[in-house]
Amino acid sequence: MQENLKEEREQAWRVELRGKIKNKDRGLIERVKMPEMNAMKRVCYQDREVNLGLDVQSAVREAQRCMDCVNPTCMEGCPVSINIPKFIKNIERGEFLEAAKTLKETSALPAVCGRVCPQEKQCEANCFYTLKLKKTPVAIGYLERFAADYERESGQASIPETAPKNGIKVAAIGSGPASLAFAGDMIKLGYDVTVFEALHEIGGVLKYGIPEFRLPNKIVDVELDNLEKMGVRFERNFIVGRTASFDDLKAEGYQAFFVASGAGLPRFMNIPGENYNGILSSNEYLTRVNLMNAADDSFDTPVLKGKNVAVVGGGNTAMDSVRTAKRLGADRAMIIYRRSREEMPARVEEIHHAEEEGIEFINLTNPIEYFSDENGRVKSMKVQRMELAEADASGRRRPVVIEGSEYEIPVDVVVVAIGVSPNPLVPSELPQLKVSRWGTIDVDSETMQSSMPELFAGGDIVRGGATVILAMGDGRRAAAGMHQYLSEQNAALANAGQANTSQAKN
Amino acid sequence: MNEIINVESFSENVVKLVVKAPRIARSRKPGHFIILRIDEKGERIPLTIAAADEKAGTITLVAQKVGVTSKRLCEMKPGDSILDLVGPLGKATHIEKVGTVLACGGGVGVAPLLPIVEGFKKAGNRVVTILAARSKDLIILEDEIRKWSDEVIVMTDDGSHGRKGLVTAGAEEVIKREKVDECVAIGPAVMMKFTSLLTQKYNIPTQASLNAIMVDGTGMCGACRVSVGGQTKFTCVDGPEFDAEKIDFDELILRLGGYKAEEKEAFERFMQTVTI
Ligand SMILES: Cc1cc2nc3c(=O)[nH]c(=O)nc-3n(C[C@H](O)[C@H](O)[C@H](O)COP(=O)(O)OP(=O)(O)OC[C@H]3O[C@@H](n4cnc5c(N)ncnc54)[C@H](O)[C@@H]3O)c2cc1C
Ligand code: SF4
Ligand code: FES
Repeated sequence: MQENLKEEREQAWRVELRGKIKNKDRGLIERVKMPEMNAMKRVCYQDREVNLGLDVQSAVREAQRCMDCVNPTCMEGCPVSINIPKFIKNIERGEFLEAAKTLKETSALPAVCGRVCPQEKQCEANCFYTLKLKKTPVAIGYLERFAADYERESGQASIPETAPKNGIKVAAIGSGPASLAFAGDMIKLGYDVTVFEALHEIGGVLKYGIPEFRLPNKIVDVELDNLEKMGVRFERNFIVGRTASFDDLKAEGYQAFFVASGAGLPRFMNIPGENYNGILSSNEYLTRVNLMNAADDSFDTPVLKGKNVAVVGGGNTAMDSVRTAKRLGADRAMIIYRRSREEMPARVEEIHHAEEEGIEFINLTNPIEYFSDENGRVKSMKVQRMELAEADASGRRRPVVIEGSEYEIPVDVVVVAIGVSPNPLVPSELPQLKVSRWGTIDVDSETMQSSMPELFAGGDIVRGGATVILAMGDGRRAAAGMHQYLSEQNAALANAGQANTSQAKN
Repeated sequence: MNEIINVESFSENVVKLVVKAPRIARSRKPGHFIILRIDEKGERIPLTIAAADEKAGTITLVAQKVGVTSKRLCEMKPGDSILDLVGPLGKATHIEKVGTVLACGGGVGVAPLLPIVEGFKKAGNRVVTILAARSKDLIILEDEIRKWSDEVIVMTDDGSHGRKGLVTAGAEEVIKREKVDECVAIGPAVMMKFTSLLTQKYNIPTQASLNAIMVDGTGMCGACRVSVGGQTKFTCVDGPEFDAEKIDFDELILRLGGYKAEEKEAFERFMQTVTI
């Protein structure tokens, strides 16, 4: 791998590009600003993207900032080790399709990752600029998005080649990013792949959770189309374990399973009044709007449009919910979070965008009780103020209650976004499957194989609520693990299997 | 996909649909339900599976006009298709031989009650069923229920069929007359609440099947949450049946009205599109 990187870096075109601009001058280029829709305008639309993408000129300019380091530390920050300098240098020399191809070597959904990855904590946190120069890092995420969008809009997206069919049926359960990455790799290896999804739409959280103003559904759909063209089959409205059992599927010839059923179970705080009307989980709120189009009057699904909307939590779901509330017409859309602003787990960019859109941040504050009107509809919440105590053993400053600091905030909709637990459906159908105390499926971290040899798992069902790119990394590892397992299982296939593997590496 | 094979009107507001769904027909058990979406613009609504024919690959649903979706469902014809149908959802009813089972069904609650009555009968129980509704034409599936019950008592609010009175009157009569080992109540939340209060008085273990508002049906959204024994449970995955004694019915009744204003608005919009 290291060798490979060095070899690529020594290719004539890369050497030449490096010679064109001095590193000192590269370091003087200002990081691009992402053009975005005006905040006052964008809050009027539920389905218009905030970030507008880079144009060719600024993408090339930003690519020039990258110094093509001998030791590209950024790659260590990327969970799927995208060959970052290679794709960026391809942008610098104007070979945008080549850049997109580089991304696709390791990431099944670059247009998605370029939009939703927490870059500031991953690749960009490990960029030479961040680590050594104490300057703003190369905008790796923006460039990733640029290359992927360029390829899609060029109409020249290549459909990856697939190995000859080997006739072995495998199933993926759930259709989020983990499964899509898994399906892409397995179909390339020649397997007969079916993805089962409980909902009527494919994409998991990408469709029902993350709003259109961050990730348009049509971007996800293009990737799904590609998978379908490669031969992946999708079965919607199909709950594995219910519509058919694992045994039923085995009887239908499925030899192995990849469980990526996500962390869909919403948590509540269990405080008095939490079941009043108007108090709902972020999953319900976002599903009604994103999956069921509740914001569009021509659809039948109702959604609660509040004037004073409080969202409890500080992660991406909280940020997505509060910005959705604003777009549905809330006068006051508030974040209530028990820690300080700096400790919010949401992507920095989303916090910033929320701020521009007029979201109120009520930090260091925690709800303790809800009150309702005579119809059982929430009308106010009692909160208490918190302060940060000394750092505990974990190094995080712990929020503690300020006694006597309670007060009430009038609200008519409350969205609870304090996290999710692993979806219990699959484990409850398989008593022999080993799960952790938190309900996540135990797997070997290299092969993603569970305690049941024919069953692999990955994504949020293994990690708890994590990220898109981590889920995709799991999907790819599981594909490799399952391929090896099935090759060993089926001696006759071993030879053909090896041929396939070497092909896939090229 | 999901073709409607047969439609039968029970009354102006209640219709029975037989729908092609071979996988569900094969795997469903008493107590299970499905979630459907009529078309691209429809919402997702849950309906219990009243019966299934494994050979024909069909399931039977009963829908009552309440909102936009159920109204449109009631207007569908054989040959039409339902866009999305997912199931079976929920936990199956715990059925075993207990002795005498008192089954109470109110209104369209009789539809989900039917497979449960059948199940208890087949498990060797004596089954006494009370069918209750506001008036004669709202009593549904009477013949089917009779087939699996040792005795059926019909109660109507206005006395237009069977006896005049509420479901609880019929139930109390049975309880006073013979030993009842278990009770199952399905119907409007108020009806289940009062049935449960009655059976508690006589210490009869009672199951109620809850009709909470749902979206996904897989435990993802929390819309269907109910308080049972002081704990938050999700009707779609932990239920739909719970120990009636522990259910906070008052909260359930309030929550069922949760989207009333929004639903009314959607319904009015819908009616406008129809009349134009
Ligand atoms: C609102 C929101 C915003 C987020 N924002 C970001 C972000 O900006 N950046 C980021 O990196 N991450 C973000 N995340 C997290 C990220 O979306 C998840 O980590 C990721 O989607 C997990 O992928 P997955 O494949 O494990 O499962 P999921 O995407 O959760 O998909 C699981 C799918 O499985 C289906 N399923 C479950 N059980 C069954 C069954 N038995 N049979 C059939 N189907 C089944 C479910 O219906 C679901 O569609 C966000 C999450 C949410 C909720
Ligand atoms: S996939 Fe995510 S972490 Fe990896 S390079 Fe792209 S933005 Fe960075
Ligand atoms: S319907 Fe969504 S959790 Fe039950």
